[in-house]
Amino acid sequence: SNKKTFETSPLKYQAASSIADTLTPEAKVISHNNFYEFGTAKNDPAENAQSFKVDPWTLEISGECEKPITLNYDDLFTTFDLQERIYRFRCVEAWSMVIPWIGFQLSELLKKVQPTSRAKYVAFETLFDPQQMPGQKSRRIGGGIDYPYVEGLRIDEAQNPLTLLSVGLYGKTLPPQNGAPIRLVVPWKYGFKSIKSIVKIKLVEKMPPTTWNILAPNEYGFYANVNPQVDHPRWSQASERRITTGGLLARNRVATLPFNGYGEQVAHLYKSMDLRKFY
Amino acid sequence: MSNQHKIWLLKLIIHLFSMGLISLTYFNALNDNLGADPVEAVLHFTGIGAINLLLLSLVISPLVRQWKLSWLMQVRRLLGLYAFFYALCHVLSFWAFEIQFNVSLFFEEIIERPYITVGLVSFMLLMALAITSWSKIKRKMGKSWQKLHNWVYLAITLAVIHFYWSVKSDLTEPLIYFIILVVLLSFRKNKFIRK
Repeated sequence: SNKKTFETSPLKYQAASSIADTLTPEAKVISHNNFYEFGTAKNDPAENAQSFKVDPWTLEISGECEKPITLNYDDLFTTFDLQERIYRFRCVEAWSMVIPWIGFQLSELLKKVQPTSRAKYVAFETLFDPQQMPGQKSRRIGGGIDYPYVEGLRIDEAQNPLTLLSVGLYGKTLPPQNGAPIRLVVPWKYGFKSIKSIVKIKLVEKMPPTTWNILAPNEYGFYANVNPQVDHPRWSQASERRITTGGLLARNRVATLPFNGYGEQVAHLYKSMDLRKFY
Repeated sequence: MSNQHKIWLLKLIIHLFSMGLISLTYFNALNDNLGADPVEAVLHFTGIGAINLLLLSLVISPLVRQWKLSWLMQVRRLLGLYAFFYALCHVLSFWAFEIQFNVSLFFEEIIERPYITVGLVSFMLLMALAITSWSKIKRKMGKSWQKLHNWVYLAITLAVIHFYWSVKSDLTEPLIYFIILVVLLSFRKNKFIRK
């Protein structure tokens, strides 16, 4: 095809020290995406998002905080030191990848805006631009979702050192199908929590609405912590297929770990909660 | 062209088309050349393929009746058998590549997930129809053959429900299949009303 490919650029960052898991090849990370704003098939975003404009961009951080700020495109890469984080990424559809993200901790951004005592939750919102995002223009292309896509975290989840605002992967800025120019990565939660192409972050007092929970509350909860004990109503969450290399014959089914294997860092956040009820 | 030639030609096209597409799909999937997740791609292709072929087989008799193309009846069994073959590939691929030969997980999924149960019931019905499609068996079964083969309507309905149920949010495509199914079944309304 003669369609031009979105141009990513190399980033300066502190590289991750050790790699425990086999990485998912870059070509697969950037061609297998759930980003319904660009279509519901896994290859739709890579096909339909290449002309997406990310510069100029505005990310507004507001709500219950002392020093609300607005970051423009360049600020996203220069306000904080960038670091590489290699995280397992577990989709609610029971497949997973291992991805070298680049970004900064959401906690750093929160520190900068100084949340007030009323800030109990953090609400996120994806860009709403039906001209650029065909899924927002047509309910058929966009999977019948009401846009803009919204997500949320409890403030202590947002402040956890694992929670990343990512601006790149595999050493370069994010391609649009992966949520350029800035997206959330919450590695102990199902992938749909990691909202893409964020334009608004708002500190709020009440639990904010979240897109998949609105669409199917019995299937997708607010917390959406990876949990092999709590099945999705239509499939088991006890194991997952790890997408790395190899075709049809790759024996890639692995056991799913509680909190996607990050229990040591995050289990304390849910100490007194019944995670079957708060799924 | 004589009717016999038309039958041969159409059968040849059905063979080439059905075998060609499925071979190409598995070839690409084995070589990791079918997107990031070849398992999902193969499951989707064989599942939708089975439904398409089954619906195509249900178009035959209305066509025959409407246009008096009685020779067309000769290709119906082939379409039905290919529908079963695709469904067989779908089930085996699910077991081999999705579940990866984990027997307990396979049965767990079938029992606990209604959409998989429904799909499997549809597959069992198709298997019964495929086994009894030999001319010899058909002759031996006499009148009960037609009775048994009327279960194809339940099989296709369950297959479309299985598809509808498996979709995460966009229901347009399964709804289109439902409409096609209802239209095809409406040609047979006498069959359902009659005692």
